[in-house]
Parts: sequence; structure tokens; C-alpha cells
Amino acid sequence: MMKLDGNAMAGDLREIFAFDVTAAQYTCAGCGHAEAIGALMLWGQEMGRVARCPHCDDVVLSLVHAPDRVFLDLRGAVRLELPLAGS
Amino acid sequence: MAIISRGFGGRRRESVPGLPPGQYLTHDFPVLSAGPTPRIPLDRWSFTVTTETGDKTSWNWREFTALPYEDFNTDIHCVTKWSKLGTTWRGVSLDTLLADVETAADYTMVHSFGGYTTNVPMEDLLDGKAWIAYKFDGEDLEPEHGGPARMLVPHLYFWKSAKWVNGLQMMQEDEPGFWEAAGYHMYGDPWLEQRYQGD
Amino acid sequence: MARAALPGRLTWRAATLAESRGETPTARTLVLDVPDWPGHLPGQHVDVRLTAPDGYRAQRSYSIASAWPKEEGGKVELTVQRLDDGEVSPYLTDVLEVGDQIELRGPVGGWFVWRETQPHPVLLIGGGSGVVPLMAMVRARGLSRAKQPFRLIYSVRGPGDLIYREELPRHVRDDPGFDLFLNYTRQAPDGWPNPPKRIDVATINSHGWPPDFTPDVYVCGPTTFVETAADILVALGHDPKRIRTERFGGTS
Repeated sequence: MMKLDGNAMAGDLREIFAFDVTAAQYTCAGCGHAEAIGALMLWGQEMGRVARCPHCDDVVLSLVHAPDRVFLDLRGAVRLELPLAGS
Repeated sequence: MAIISRGFGGRRRESVPGLPPGQYLTHDFPVLSAGPTPRIPLDRWSFTVTTETGDKTSWNWREFTALPYEDFNTDIHCVTKWSKLGTTWRGVSLDTLLADVETAADYTMVHSFGGYTTNVPMEDLLDGKAWIAYKFDGEDLEPEHGGPARMLVPHLYFWKSAKWVNGLQMMQEDEPGFWEAAGYHMYGDPWLEQRYQGD
Repeated sequence: MARAALPGRLTWRAATLAESRGETPTARTLVLDVPDWPGHLPGQHVDVRLTAPDGYRAQRSYSIASAWPKEEGGKVELTVQRLDDGEVSPYLTDVLEVGDQIELRGPVGGWFVWRETQPHPVLLIGGGSGVVPLMAMVRARGLSRAKQPFRLIYSVRGPGDLIYREELPRHVRDDPGFDLFLNYTRQAPDGWPNPPKRIDVATINSHGWPPDFTPDVYVCGPTTFVETAADILVALGHDPKRIRTERFGGTS
């Protein structure tokens, strides 16, 4: 009900990575499901981004914004596959 | 170097004296959640205290709601900057719940249905500082707000008041729960503005 | 990826309101002047941030409504639907004036995007203001005279809520291979052949593409609308991996 798609954190990720990450494929550390970051289920609202695998609900990625730094936790993603520019 | 937007005031909230630093008063009750709302039928509900030696004490819903309870009034402060004053609750004090539990642990991990966790030092749960609450504003606590029962530790930021609680685990050392591991402060005192790790 | 990728990390910058257009009594299109805009892909969005004089901040995402042309003359347009209990949208629809500035971060989003190199037919399903990023795709298709067939199912409460009411029929008339089905959920115009109803299996089955056409599907709108439509699509046999969703949050 209050959840969004991973695409909604494109801006937050674009502040960290020098290219768009939402089209990248993650592999879930919990269930092995692979899909685009944009397809993750996004929770957390103003506290931060909690991105869960739509297949098993495990947290794949979390992102918390402090005023002067960002905490990015990727331990729920076994692997990220990132398309390079021009593809 | 922010752009100030002419005429923007935000939702009905005010910065009033007496609030912890950086907080704004709200009159609604924002719902924030790190995941889907668990739906727990009362006949499946239980709360289990596990000591550092592995001893367990459990209550089912009937047993839990038969415990001596308190009706109380308190202020709550969310790390996302809203504060809500004078909220009314019914709950069982942790002093009552832990009265017969033998432990020498200094730290605890609060566990919830759905997997949420948050760490709270033992002494911050005792001496009238914390409750397991099951009524808000005179009504049964709604699932959105943490029902059937939630932790309430109002002197710390509200993420420490875990929703959908199902257990308390005593620990010898402090360990980060869900939001703490994600970057939020291990303790979370609103009066010292301990919002993030390193604050 | 955007045609000219921004170097380094993306940060907030100032945007000035250059023009605005009323779309409905509660929706407004903002035409923004954003220096050094690199262009954008249809479906991308921007994050908008407002700061009050006392430092209080609110941030929301808005889909870019305009398509970016290959030649000169591109504009950055957002169509904002006023939510009565919203914190940011009423400011953008009722208070923001030409010359005022807001902070913007974008363009962002590389997943909920349509690229002309995608060969498949396209099915767009929009609920309420969910039509905005889909309109950017329709406009982009029109500008480039693309040949992939597009079908748009646009669900609104009533005729007064129809955004782009004059432009949509123009696309139907002028862009070969673009079809539009309007679904009214509460109140239909006089003489409308279909009684009002929420979007359902029959609607998507009749006015969408068959699953074996393997369309690229984009669904956008309030969270419950998106979930209903996505469930129907999967039940009809569409491949979940070909369905891209953009939930706008909210409860209805």
C-alpha cells in the first residue's frame, strides 16, 4: 500500500553512482531471483530506502541519507550486473 | 545552498519550544514501514523473552492481556523530524513483564513479526521507561501502527518502538538492529539529536 | 541511459517556472527552465525538493511529461496532480508562480523508460495522473514517427479528471498505430457507451495486446491501481518480466 517501485530511488542512486543503476540486474542473496533494481519493492518512506526482492521480500539494498553522508548497504544482493554506457 | 521556495510552509506542523532539537509538531500520525504489514491473528500471537543463557518465558495473547496494564500519556519523537505530543496508550510495563526474568545482560534486541529488529539497552526498558502497548487512543492498536502489540520506548527516537513485537532477546554486547545497521544511531536520544551513526 | 549522460554524480539544482497550463481543475503542467538540461528519455522522472524559510524540507518525484526532440526546442514539463492532503503538490499547483524557483534532481530512472530501439508493440496503462510518464512516451513516439503500435488504456474518475483531453485525440488522429481507450470509473460523459467501472480483466483483455504479441507493458498510477492492473496482466498470461510498473504511492 505504501510501497513504491525501485525506480523511485533512481535519484538517490544517481547521487552515488555516475550512471543509472535502476536498469541493473540484482541477484537476491536470499532466493537467487534476478531482476532489475527498478522492480524492487521500495519501503521506508522518509527514513530511508529499503528495497525488497519482489519474489521473497528479503532486503536487497538499503540506503539511508544523513545530512553529510549516505549509508548504502548492498549485502542482500549477491551480485549486480550493470549495463555499460552505450548499451 | 538550498533554494528557499517562496510561500512553502509544509504540512500543518510547527517548530515549538520544548520539542527536542530539530523536531516539528505534527497533528496527524504518519505511518512509516520498512516492509509489508504483518497480519497476525491473535491465536497465533506470542511474546517470548529469551535470556542470555537461553532461558525462555512466553505469553500468548490471553496471558499477555491478563497482565497488569497501565494507561498512560506520552510524547513521541520520530527521527524523520515529526513529534506528536500527548499520545495515549494502554500497555504492559517492561518492569511487569521482566519481573520474574533472571538476567545479567546489559543489552537487548527487540524482535518483530516480519523480521524487524531494534536494539535497546536493558536499563532503557526498565523503571517505567518502556511498555508493550496494545491500545492507542482508547482503541485496539491497528496493524498499520503496529498492532496487535508494539514496543513503546518514548524517550528514544520512535524507530526503537518496534511495531508487531514478538520477542525480546537479552544480549551481553550491543548489536545493531535493522535501522541501526542501515546507518541510524545505536542509541537514539532525541534530546542529543542522535539520529545517525557517528552523531 | 540518457543520450548525453551527465558527468559525475547528479545533484540538486535550481529550476525556474517559465510557463504553466491548467490541464484540469486540479492538475497543472509546469514548464520549467533548467539550465544545461541534457535531455531525457520518455518515462524518466525528476525529484523535486522544496525548502521552507525555517529549513523544513519536503521531496517528491514527478514524471517528466514532455518528450525531448532530436532538434532544438525541447522543454522540461511536469504535470502535477493536486492531492488535497498533499504537502508538495498543492504548492506546485496553487502557489508556484512564473519566476519562482524549486530544486530539482534529474532526469533519473532508466528502467521505467521506453526507447525507440525496442521493437515490440507497447501497452500503456495509466490510472489518474499515472498517465503522465505514458504521455511522454506517446509524445516521443509521435515526434519520431515511430512505427511500433501503441495502445493506451487511461483510467480516470470522470471527464473532469481527464488530463491532455485535447492532445490525446490529436495523437489518435495523427499518429498511425496509436489507439486510446478511456476507462471512466465513477462518472462517464453523456452518451458514453460503457457504464463507469474500475479497470478489470475485460477491459485489459479487450483493449490491450494479446500476451503472445509480447508487448512491452508500462503501468503507472496509484499503488492499488498498479497492483490490480499488474495482477490482471499476469493472470491474462503476460510475462511479468515485460511489465514495468511505476507506483505513485497513496492508497487508492
